[in-house]
Amino acid sequence: MSQDFRLDNVGMVNREKKISFKFNGKKYFGFEGDTIASALIANGVHLVGRSFKYHRPRGFFGVGVDEPYAILQLDRNNERDPNIRATEQEIFEGLEVKSVNCWPSVNFDIGAINNFLKMFFPAGFYYKTFMWPPSFWYKIYEPFIRMAAGFGEASIKHDKERYEHKYEYCDLLITGSGPSGLASAYAAAKNGARVILAEDKPRFGGSLLTSDVNIGNQTGVEWTEKIIAELKSMPNVTVKNRSQVFGYYDHNMLVMSERISDHLPRTQKYLPKQRLWYIRANEVLISSGSIERPLVFGNNDTPGVMLSSAAKEYMKVYGVLVGKKPLIFTNNDSGYETAIEFKNNGVNPIILDTRINPSSDIITEAKNLNIEIKFSYVVVAAKGYKKVKSADIAKISDDKKELFNIENIECDCICVSGFWTPSIHLASQSGNKSKFNEKIDAFVPDKSKQQENTIGSANGIFTLEETIKDAFDKGFDVSNKITEKNNKISVPTVVEKKSTDHDKFWCVPLPKGKSYKRFLDFQNDVAVSDIELALREGFRSIEHVKRYTTLGMATDQGKTSNLNGLQLVSDIENKVVPQVGHTTFRPPYTPVSIGAIVGREVGKHSKPTRKSPMHSWHEKNNAVFVDAGVWLRPRYYKQGNEGLFEASKREAKNVRQNVGVCDVTTLGKIDIKGPDAAEFLNRVYTNAWLKLPVGKARYGVMLREDGIVMDDGTTTRISENHYHMTTTTAQAANVLSHLEYYLQLVWPELNVNVVSTTEQWAGAAIAGPNSRKLLMRLFPNLDVSNEGLPFMGYKESDLFGVSAKIYRISFSGELAYEINVESDNGYFMWEKIMEVGKEFQIQPYGTEALSTLRIEMGHVAGSELDGRTIPYDASLEGLVSKKKDFIGKRSLNRSAFTTTDREKLVGVVPIDKTTSIPEGSYIVKDPKAKLPNPKLGHVSASCWSVEYDNPFSLAIIKDGKNMIGQKLFAMSPLKNKTIPVEIVSSHYVDPEGKRVRS
Amino acid sequence: MLYINCPHCGLRSQNEFAYGGDATVKRPELNKEISDQEWDNFVYLRKSPRGKHLELWHHISGCRQWIKVERDTSTHEIFKTYTANEAIE
Repeated sequence: MSQDFRLDNVGMVNREKKISFKFNGKKYFGFEGDTIASALIANGVHLVGRSFKYHRPRGFFGVGVDEPYAILQLDRNNERDPNIRATEQEIFEGLEVKSVNCWPSVNFDIGAINNFLKMFFPAGFYYKTFMWPPSFWYKIYEPFIRMAAGFGEASIKHDKERYEHKYEYCDLLITGSGPSGLASAYAAAKNGARVILAEDKPRFGGSLLTSDVNIGNQTGVEWTEKIIAELKSMPNVTVKNRSQVFGYYDHNMLVMSERISDHLPRTQKYLPKQRLWYIRANEVLISSGSIERPLVFGNNDTPGVMLSSAAKEYMKVYGVLVGKKPLIFTNNDSGYETAIEFKNNGVNPIILDTRINPSSDIITEAKNLNIEIKFSYVVVAAKGYKKVKSADIAKISDDKKELFNIENIECDCICVSGFWTPSIHLASQSGNKSKFNEKIDAFVPDKSKQQENTIGSANGIFTLEETIKDAFDKGFDVSNKITEKNNKISVPTVVEKKSTDHDKFWCVPLPKGKSYKRFLDFQNDVAVSDIELALREGFRSIEHVKRYTTLGMATDQGKTSNLNGLQLVSDIENKVVPQVGHTTFRPPYTPVSIGAIVGREVGKHSKPTRKSPMHSWHEKNNAVFVDAGVWLRPRYYKQGNEGLFEASKREAKNVRQNVGVCDVTTLGKIDIKGPDAAEFLNRVYTNAWLKLPVGKARYGVMLREDGIVMDDGTTTRISENHYHMTTTTAQAANVLSHLEYYLQLVWPELNVNVVSTTEQWAGAAIAGPNSRKLLMRLFPNLDVSNEGLPFMGYKESDLFGVSAKIYRISFSGELAYEINVESDNGYFMWEKIMEVGKEFQIQPYGTEALSTLRIEMGHVAGSELDGRTIPYDASLEGLVSKKKDFIGKRSLNRSAFTTTDREKLVGVVPIDKTTSIPEGSYIVKDPKAKLPNPKLGHVSASCWSVEYDNPFSLAIIKDGKNMIGQKLFAMSPLKNKTIPVEIVSSHYVDPEGKRVRS
Repeated sequence: MLYINCPHCGLRSQNEFAYGGDATVKRPELNKEISDQEWDNFVYLRKSPRGKHLELWHHISGCRQWIKVERDTSTHEIFKTYTANEAIE
């Protein structure tokens, strides 16, 4: 198809490079540098979508981020990208896009029936309908609404694209490269400041690309190119295009999304798709410009009705005509610039100006060009369904209340200009309260809240001369606060056409007997009548009106509709706009893809994975791993067809019968040094620590101040003032913070230092009746007899030339030792243990067997120390000193903690000795009791006892102490099981603890 | 994201720190006889003031020092930061 609406030799697209793309399956051509919007308009395509509620035809309304209509679905690299704005997405070879919110096609859309039923879909219809009968909600209403709602479809596949995060610091961040952004960046950069200049569009220059001005004897485009080239050559300046600063957060942190590969056929190797910048800026200059406001009239949503500034940009930047019979409808001078541009390209526009008889340079110029101008004229309604075909126009009375001489004139597009709205979003996000500027009928930023200033048209300055001067000053001032270089450069002379005041009129009254829809919000189909209805129904706060009518919601966040909405509310309420106020601007300014926010932290990169130095050995030996905190630990070592149950049973049995070895590197380890270390431990742990001799370990329990058990572990006195503490794998980080808190804040007088050594030591627990024999072979020069290295003893020795620490401690309840070597020697240690242990039938065991061993011994772990239990509950009350004070002791006096029937740890065995009890089951007296069945407690951990070959569980139940021997029931509603059980001692195996001391 | 001036390291982003609660709470001395009420106030009762507030922050991904930060809870303005045992003005 030929590009019938493409102008010759006008615009900035690369005519040398023709690009083909597909829209709704049909092939079109454009040029490099085109957006989807400009390329489609060049091909005469104006119907691109259907509206949200009524499914009315949708074309193009703007040319940038404000676009409410042209939301498309994009296919790229076999991936779907929803809700792409056609006005922003650049075309590339092979691009495929399609319309959304229409079925079966954009040309013939079944949903358009809503347009004829619109009396049933007024504002807030979803609060009024779908109410009855209630049972219809899940099966009929909700599925129907879900099918009808929304625009694009997100992909359900894993997004394979790469997104990056970058942290950056600068003296000055400038958000937008229009005249004020360029001028301030230049002034600040010349004054030595580190500047980041961010431009959302591919091309720098903002309004300079389309306005007929002269700066320092150069055209706007030439001046832009010169400044950008110079800025790029400066080492203290970063210039970024396709980069939208979308959020202004606390303490001058701004976030910017850079579209790196979105405009390319596929992401280049080594490049991400998008990059999210977290920028901490000392100062910010907001130069985000302004967005043209629509005028409101009947059927003003028809494709072909668009902003006049957009029509001008399509001509000047893309060399594309939005129509060949344009009607310009304006209340200010901006519409004239568009008209003149049409005329210059050989197209005859007609201008309808709502003003009575204005005069200015630009109006004179239009008159001199013989452009037809009708003053005091308005568009009453656009005619045409899928494209504007004509317009009803009328003369309007001076009080703007009455219409005369309604006539129909032919046109193929209506370019509207209702004056300009400054983009105050970023300033507002920073906390800057806005103020209403009567002269421009819009809000502008008020006093700076953070280190921010707003410049240019974003601050309501609409003449170029003033903009450039102000921006040079601000760029110098804010940079000089930082650099103090006093290098001020002179402001170039600016030549521009003077314009005159705009007309405050913006909404055309309905002619008698007509009920045209006059739209305010084009994305959400919010019409004047909807706002009127909301106010009739009693909504007053603008925030409520917004939520009831959806005015200003969705992907465009009302960039073109907000102010007209406020204007209408204040007109109806007989107020002025500042009394009504505006809704809150929140980040993001434009939609941001979830991928960019997540960055690289996806899949296995979503959290760090820590592996022990023996990890590769475990892998080679068929270990099945489990997440333990941030660590990966072997859960069991699979042999043949074994599953978890068989393997863990075999491993645990081997520990009880021969000897096993378990990787305990992941245990938290904290090195504690200092003359007051003993005193400190005595305050941290519940038991006594002052008399622990050198070379001995002790088991300890620490509490939080509220008396709840925080963690347990052993601590060994290495030398007089040096201790080695172990914590559970999960609590390691919390315990270190806890110790630091008390040392730094509560008892700074204690001379103690703590440091984490978790990663410095590799640990192997050797457990089982054969462990001493194995140890004798590993350390032939060490006396490992029961006298030489007694239970809870500690020795240092040499393991085949590697220095090792040997702790005689046990978690499994068997005769056991824990060997620590420096991490680098961990693999060597493990191999030696396996090699030497072969003759003693050694087998590695994983966390599942470890759990089995500790459960049947009645040793508590995380499932019992779950943040709800005091020492008594976990049967650790024997470790609580009555003599000394310690962290949390005072809380143990609380009446709830001293009742005699408190929950306590017990053992649970199924009566049939075969049915395993699901963890989390309730223990109840009567399984048939009326619901809610009073529960006595819960099953905290379950295993298959390898000692007795039957299931065994630990439970924490009310008055546990007196429940031993009782026959009760374990109920698991989740697993739908009720199991008769007997309550037994939690010490199921070796209750006297003979084995560990053997 | 807040920008916190660690007295040991300088200005650092909030994501290096962990919040540690009210810095004006003082732990009762060890071995001191106190009423249930006093202990209960220490363990559980915290004010949630709007405005200036002295807070503990732990520079957990930095120097690992606990610091005190005087911050406005409604505006996030940070007035001053202190080391753990510095006298508060």
